Amino acid sequence: MLTDSDLQAIWLTIRLAGITTLILFLIGTPIAWWLARTRSWWKGPLGAVVALPLVLPPSVLGFYLLLAMGPNGPVGQFTQSLGLGTLPFTFWGLVVASVFYSVPFMVQPLQNAFEAIGDRPLEVAATLRASPLDTFFSVVLPLARPGFITAGILTFAHTVGEFGVVLMIGGNIPGVTRVASVQIYDHVEAMEYGDAHRLSAVMLAFSFAVLLTMYMRRSNLRREA
Amino acid sequence: MDSIEARFKLDWPGFTLDVDLALPGRGVTALFGHSGSGKTTLLRCLAGLERASHGRLEFKGKIWQDEKTWLPTHQRPIGYVFQEASLFAHLNVLGNLNFGLKRSTTAQRVGLEQAIELLGIGHLLARKPDTLSGGERQRVGIARALAVGPEILLMDEPLAALDLKRKQEILPYLERLHDELAIPVIYVSHSPDEVARLADHLVVMDDGRVVADGSLVATLARLDLPIRLGEDVGVVLDATVGELEKEWHLARVDFAGGSLWTRDRGVPTGRRVRVRVLARDVSLAVLDPVPSSIQNVLNGTVEAIGDDDHPGLLLVRVQVGATLLVARLTRRSAAQLGIAPGLPVSVQIKSVALME
Repeated sequence: MLTDSDLQAIWLTIRLAGITTLILFLIGTPIAWWLARTRSWWKGPLGAVVALPLVLPPSVLGFYLLLAMGPNGPVGQFTQSLGLGTLPFTFWGLVVASVFYSVPFMVQPLQNAFEAIGDRPLEVAATLRASPLDTFFSVVLPLARPGFITAGILTFAHTVGEFGVVLMIGGNIPGVTRVASVQIYDHVEAMEYGDAHRLSAVMLAFSFAVLLTMYMRRSNLRREA
Repeated sequence: MDSIEARFKLDWPGFTLDVDLALPGRGVTALFGHSGSGKTTLLRCLAGLERASHGRLEFKGKIWQDEKTWLPTHQRPIGYVFQEASLFAHLNVLGNLNFGLKRSTTAQRVGLEQAIELLGIGHLLARKPDTLSGGERQRVGIARALAVGPEILLMDEPLAALDLKRKQEILPYLERLHDELAIPVIYVSHSPDEVARLADHLVVMDDGRVVADGSLVATLARLDLPIRLGEDVGVVLDATVGELEKEWHLARVDFAGGSLWTRDRGVPTGRRVRVRVLARDVSLAVLDPVPSSIQNVLNGTVEAIGDDDHPGLLLVRVQVGATLLVARLTRRSAAQLGIAPGLPVSVQIKSVALME
């Protein structure tokens, strides 16, 4: 069955995807809210920036992040001045890179969900004495719940599936940055096709199960509506 | 002090709202006009949902908006009913009703239970909005607005999205509101029938401006309303049920100037009612009329003559006692009868709509 190092890689992958998803809930929600509500000229440019990771080769994103977080980059200088050292080739460096890499998978479903709510429920809430912040938590969040579930699942699954960015930023350090996709690459490099098969099958089953859950949910929602 | 002073100037591409109004602090005020006349925009300005660039709004001595002040919607002591009930889909009926109640600090003039009773929705409390009919949803919407204990109720065409049957289902509840609510109500409508039933005060709007403003009875009797009402030209009389003739299923209603017979609608004697007399149902005669099927004949004096929408028609205002009635005649018959101010006439009224 799976080796200890396989299990270690899987556990690392789950931790990375989980932490990335949590951070993106916190960062992505205000960005998506702003994009959904603003009439500012900046909506277009910010929307495009958020969507960039969809089209950029992960190596390009990884390259820039490596420069930024490296000893001479602005982020690197900042983290060094805090006494944290530099982020590349650490777990937290991977987290930062994954946050950038997966941001559209969080923001876009949330933005769609917020836009679908429209102005009216917000106006109703205001006439019922709810402040804007109160309205966000008591009306917007519950109404956007399906959007949050979709965004969370997509972000988690997309982070599990990353490879290029990990290789650029994290390298291949067992227990620190060697996630499942890198582990498979290692198995193949070492001609361990049996190990590569087993881990690949786990990833395939996981990805299919995630997407199946989501699409089943979606058609259930449609039937209820 | 006891009123609402509103002045708004708002410029949008292709639309300008420019109003300066003093509205009564009690009773139902109808904002009436065709679609696009700005009545909903005015209501939204009152609620703070729209912010006029230049505006001043004072409600019973408190400033809600001026150059320095802007009270956001959630701090205004209003209740607001939207055209579509717009219930929160994630809450059941009781959850919707409680939403504002939990957040409101204003005195409970109409408590939640009273609102539930008034709108007859006690049996719906556990239901989700998507299982309600359109009429039920709108009743919940109205109760939800009342449950916050508002100092003023703003209603944006609450019946417009409903079919005739649902309208008939809700109108009695609105009439109860009119009778039992101590707070002022601003009611936006483009339906002359709703206005005649519900309003005490009438503001007529056209193209972003106020073109008429006054008591319902006096404003409807104006011959120079610059807005086409067509078949709905007519007056409203405040009356009392004086006598019932069970044998003929008729009721006599008395008003300042005479009485009229109308179909018995089961309203007991002594009850105050509203009677709507449309100009098309009123005809005039200069001699004593010969016996005819028309039951209601009153004596009056021609008071004024005005143009109607069609060049072949005239509107004639007749004084009957202390009451004004409006009749629609053809220009030719008016000429043949020699209709002129001061002429005594017999007023024949073909039909009368009694509204409780």
